[in-house]
Amino acid sequence: MRHLIDIRDLSEREIADLLDLADDIVANREAYREVCKYKKLATLFFEPSTRTRLSFEAAMYELGGQVLGFSEAASSSASKGESVADTIRVVGCYADIIAMRHPKEGAPMVGAMHSTVPIINAGDGGHNHPTQTLTDLMTIRREKGRLSDFTIGLCGDLKFGRTVHSLIAALSRYENVKFVLISPEELKVPSYIKKDILAEQGLPYVQTTELTDVMPQLDVLYMTRVQRERFFNEEDYLRLKDSYILTPEKLRGAKADLTILHPLPRVNEIDTAIDADPRACYFRQALNGKFVRMALIMTLLGLTKEGQA
Amino acid sequence: MNIDSIQNGIVIDHIRSGGAMQLYQLLGLDSLDCPVAIIKNAPSDKMGRKDIIKIDSAQPLNLDVLGFVDPDATINVIRDCALVEKKHAGLPERIRDVLRCRNPRCITSVEPDLPQVFQLANRETKTYRCIYCEAKAEK
Repeated sequence: MRHLIDIRDLSEREIADLLDLADDIVANREAYREVCKYKKLATLFFEPSTRTRLSFEAAMYELGGQVLGFSEAASSSASKGESVADTIRVVGCYADIIAMRHPKEGAPMVGAMHSTVPIINAGDGGHNHPTQTLTDLMTIRREKGRLSDFTIGLCGDLKFGRTVHSLIAALSRYENVKFVLISPEELKVPSYIKKDILAEQGLPYVQTTELTDVMPQLDVLYMTRVQRERFFNEEDYLRLKDSYILTPEKLRGAKADLTILHPLPRVNEIDTAIDADPRACYFRQALNGKFVRMALIMTLLGLTKEGQA
Repeated sequence: MNIDSIQNGIVIDHIRSGGAMQLYQLLGLDSLDCPVAIIKNAPSDKMGRKDIIKIDSAQPLNLDVLGFVDPDATINVIRDCALVEKKHAGLPERIRDVLRCRNPRCITSVEPDLPQVFQLANRETKTYRCIYCEAKAEK
């Protein structure tokens, strides 16, 4: 049985197949309306995340399936002290597939070790968020027409931002992708990402604290939120939260075909004046998230447009 | 100072000076009921000073952590008072239930009965990472 715990669980071929399937779903939505009829997805969100949960639920409903689950730990048996292992064993009796978000890093892996149904990691602490990465890859491929030969700027909280870590790991496998890492000193990419992924594979990367200076080089700009919940100290959060705000002025030196991405939710790191700019792709990215999750649910359940694989 | 030779067991030699007590803890030697000798700051031609641990027991021991903590240490296996095997600890692929993950956000900090497992991530830098959260193992 397949699970998706880490984006590195998927080969380049498997990612390409998932993105092809997601593109086909976009083009032929009617054909997928009943693919998951009589199947149930459990969304186990031990930590609230409206967007990711709704995206999974919308994906399953759009495939004709049903959804059960909880949206915070307080309304689950975890509040009574049940272990992740036991929760997963029980939910596996009721659902055909599980999407799980948990504040503790590695929790979905523990779930997968005890599960009788496929587990999808819907985010574990500051660690991995593979379905966001699939969403990002789908959006880059649809906007740029390729997953190779471009320069991507990753901006904001690169230390705690799990979407950034997963995206770097995923893009490191494609040809000629250059990374520009833009963050304050306190929120730089962890050294293990630089050592074990970028340096290990001899990939070109630049670190900077200035967004404006590097703007003209970028084909893709991936903005991130400085997340309050990742800080132990409120003072640090308040000092750094406004560090990197994208404004129309900062975009002046940017390429005409720049692709601006953001995993959302946005607080203030992208000025709303940019939303109308055709280069702003973050709401299309959110929509792609639903389609790629549809493709993932189908793939892990072994289903095709025609039925069982 | 005289310490009796052991009949059947293991001598861990060439431990960097000052490292024996940490190894004693990590190898769980406190739970053994056989004679265990810790020799600190013994003179050494190669190292200047070294620590040595002698374990007088034929009972098999999990020495995986040794390669992580002190890869230069040597393991001497003694049978019937004779040295039958001498080897370096080496780096195991996995270290199980010896080190604890220190990442407070790791699932191992709350989930009961979960084995603590670290995987060798980089042989050159001798880096081990928690299989759950990928935090670096610390000595």
